[in-house]
Amino acid sequence: MKYIKYLLIGVLFGFIMTKSEAISWFRIQEMFRFQSFHMYGIIGSALVFGIVVVQLIKLKNIKTINGDVISFPKKKFSVARYLLGGITFGLGWALSGACPGPMYILVGNGFSVYIVVILSALLGTYVYGLQKDRLPH
Amino acid sequence: MMMIEILSNPWPWYVSGPMITLVMFLLIWAGEGFGVSSTLRTICSIGGAGKHCGFFNFDWRAQKWNLVFVLGGVIGGVIASFVFPNPQPLALSASTINDLSKLNINFDGSIAPTEIFSWESLLTLKGSIFMILGGFLVGFGARWANGCTSGHAISGLSKLQLTSLITVIGFFIGGLIMTFLIYPLIFKL
Repeated sequence: MKYIKYLLIGVLFGFIMTKSEAISWFRIQEMFRFQSFHMYGIIGSALVFGIVVVQLIKLKNIKTINGDVISFPKKKFSVARYLLGGITFGLGWALSGACPGPMYILVGNGFSVYIVVILSALLGTYVYGLQKDRLPH
Repeated sequence: MMMIEILSNPWPWYVSGPMITLVMFLLIWAGEGFGVSSTLRTICSIGGAGKHCGFFNFDWRAQKWNLVFVLGGVIGGVIASFVFPNPQPLALSASTINDLSKLNINFDGSIAPTEIFSWESLLTLKGSIFMILGGFLVGFGARWANGCTSGHAISGLSKLQLTSLITVIGFFIGGLIMTFLIYPLIFKL
């Protein structure tokens, strides 16, 4: 029963992402070519509302449904890790047209071949795990 | 009738964006957080990668909720595209259609170019670059940067984390290099 809420939030996420067309390879190309405001509007408005939500959680001391305190742990600062990791991700994002969320949702949209994209992403994750000590962090 | 139209038609950005924030809030409220690429690490761990690699040696059971979440995402995709299908073609900008046609990519109104993203093209050089190399770089980069679009561009920036800003700048450097410098080479192959 504990997991049903996550399933429902996931259904909502898949529905929103499909209707927003943010799962579209074409929309990602349009974004990287700066030819439409659509993707910037989605990410930008999600971000503006997100900043408000996070500040409200902090100010109003909003608890989780289990009554726990919500904390936002800081990540260890690094430029190399985030910039190089980000660039690697961006190169892949512009090819596959899908970040991890959309990969799953595209399979639901009937693009079954995105299973191969997910498997490749799993392989990428695995190879990162093997090589991580050799990479700058 | 009105309701069915709202659920079928594509949503404008100013509806979609705040709805994504709602998803983030619900996950935080449930006691977790919004970060999809972690599921890839979890699946590697379930597959036994933790036996020979410490990075995957963690209690994946604590991450089961995220797998259930992405399973929900697949179901949401099924409902959005098969129960409430979009009656119109995707409204892609004319300049993108024009740019892509120069690369011989035809825009047919669907969400992805089927000439690249199909089982038939998987074994072609172009298809494998887009799907296999593309997926690999996304998986590798997401873990290196410790997060993807959901974890950094949405959650991380919402928390005003500098590391997320650096990552998102990286996403765009990579995306622009691929689109403007590498695409012309790939399409010469």
